[in-house]
Amino acid sequence: MALIETVGLKKIYNLGGSVIAALDGITTNIEKGEFVAIMGPSGSGKSTFMNLIGCLDKPTAGRCFLEGMDIGCLNRDELAVIRNKKIGFVFQSFNLLPRTSAIENVELPMLYSGLSPLDRKLRARKALKMMGLEGREEHLPNQLSGGQQQRVAIARALVNDAPLIMADEPTGNLDTKASEEIMELFVKLNEESHITVILVTHEHDIAAFSKRIIRFLDGKIVSDEKRSRP
Amino acid sequence: MINLAATVKISLRALKINKMRSALTMLGIVIGVTAVIIMVAIGSGARERVSRQISSAGSNLLVVVPGSMTAGGIRMGFGTQANLTTKDAEAILKECPAVWDVSPEVHGAAQVVFGNQNWSTAITATTPSYLNVRDWLLDDGRNFSDQDIRNTTKVCIVGQTIVENLFAGQDPIDQIIRIKKVPFVVIGVLEAKGQDLMGQDQDDMILIPITTGRKKVFGSLRPDMVRSIIVKTVSTQELPQAETQIQELLRQRHHIGPKEEEDFTVRNLTQMLQMAEKSTRIMTMLLGAIASISLLVGGIGIMNIMLVSVTERTREIGIRMAVGAKVRDIRLQFITEALILSMIGGAIGIIMGIAGAKLIALLTDWSAMVSLPATAAAFGFSGLVGIFFGFYPAYKASLLNPIEALRYE
Repeated sequence: MALIETVGLKKIYNLGGSVIAALDGITTNIEKGEFVAIMGPSGSGKSTFMNLIGCLDKPTAGRCFLEGMDIGCLNRDELAVIRNKKIGFVFQSFNLLPRTSAIENVELPMLYSGLSPLDRKLRARKALKMMGLEGREEHLPNQLSGGQQQRVAIARALVNDAPLIMADEPTGNLDTKASEEIMELFVKLNEESHITVILVTHEHDIAAFSKRIIRFLDGKIVSDEKRSRP
Repeated sequence: MINLAATVKISLRALKINKMRSALTMLGIVIGVTAVIIMVAIGSGARERVSRQISSAGSNLLVVVPGSMTAGGIRMGFGTQANLTTKDAEAILKECPAVWDVSPEVHGAAQVVFGNQNWSTAITATTPSYLNVRDWLLDDGRNFSDQDIRNTTKVCIVGQTIVENLFAGQDPIDQIIRIKKVPFVVIGVLEAKGQDLMGQDQDDMILIPITTGRKKVFGSLRPDMVRSIIVKTVSTQELPQAETQIQELLRQRHHIGPKEEEDFTVRNLTQMLQMAEKSTRIMTMLLGAIASISLLVGGIGIMNIMLVSVTERTREIGIRMAVGAKVRDIRLQFITEALILSMIGGAIGIIMGIAGAKLIALLTDWSAMVSLPATAAAFGFSGLVGIFFGFYPAYKASLLNPIEALRYE
């Protein structure tokens, strides 16, 4: 069974009378353990696709299955549970809570899955250690560099043992060195922990870390190539 | 389900970020709760004062006074006609079933002398039933006996003000005082009763037997006449019945035809006082209601700030939703924040309200009574205000679209 399966997935926006098809019938499969880069110019529908398979939004038409479950027929709270347990998000702008320490940011998903305070602390500490942030648990986001902030965000994405990480331009705000470090972290997670990584980017050297590249244009898939990592 | 301790911690942090704003928002609730407590305290104080006066006057009382005397077309006012007698009083007690006890009295003012002290005071000549009718107890000594009345004994019972002014520390019992130069033995001391509704000192009085009063002190009176008859009814409910019974009886006794005007008046003292109490109760409720409006305004302040807060923290809400916060988690968080604001405000308001009420009681001569139910109600109401006015912002936050919330700058 594919981890993600979409059939004729459509998302249509009605903006002031003009109908825009952000996604126009996407049918594709992503297997467990894949490392997929989704590429395309802005407005091609790649972010919309991410939002749909990331359970942040609902399709207008078509179906989307996550581990065989049709997420189109789930309500807000059921989608929240899936985001909590199955998906870890990493954003371009990090999206850490300001004025909140690194460890508390990492604890956030566990707050909504009902873990005890002690378990939350232990697991968050472990996740930060894995990201090489030992000793920085009590730092606030504005006391950390961009690369460190993104690693806190990855720790947050991993802490609930999500099998799937969705990264939307994770290196967009980072310099080349930090970008590379972050990408190597994703590769390590994919290879050693068999976590499925879906990456949205428009940079070729970032997409080069992936094993499969799907290109979007005008809401449609224009190419889908599997490749071996260099 | 997000646990409560974590929610409270998050809320406190959010409130700490905008300390000034949180404090000002709380101030609305503080003022509201303070106002409710002080207003109700002042109202209850006034009510307490009136009910004290009611009980000090004696309860369930009617007063029968003679009507106006008309001399050559000039009406002289109540009590000027000398047509009430001891026999009328006895008849009222015997014939009116709603009447429990009666006390006829004759009164006047007189100069009283003891040793080298003198004092001008009110003299009430009455029967032994007076103390029962007025719900008055003796501090010391004994009441008159029927024998004292029959024998026109020269004995008297003195009020507390007399004790202070005439005896200056000495035990008044068995001392001899002169009322209008007539020597009287003090046989009893009345307990203190304080001021009546009009502010008159009720303790500035001497009681003497009614017969002695007529013959030795006031003189030149018809042997049987009384100035007024105080009537105590069986219960408050029977005041109106007693009034009618007395009117019918006295019309009959005084041979007044059905169309003629009565030559006496029955006054209902308790009813007057009860009306006063009722009006102060209404005043208390009104004051409380007006103060509650300020609490309501404080609640609107909370809603206003919570709405601003939801907008400012749209991105935070988006992040929380992305990592799995459910609708009720977001709602709970914002309601908790509103509730914390209003409860802390309510707690400060209680402290300030109690302090304010005490201060007012101290600085003015109003009595302010902090009422526990009103305090609890004000605190509970402030909590309800927090939940009520926090709900809409929380509801709004919980329905944000996660994608748009995440993109919000």
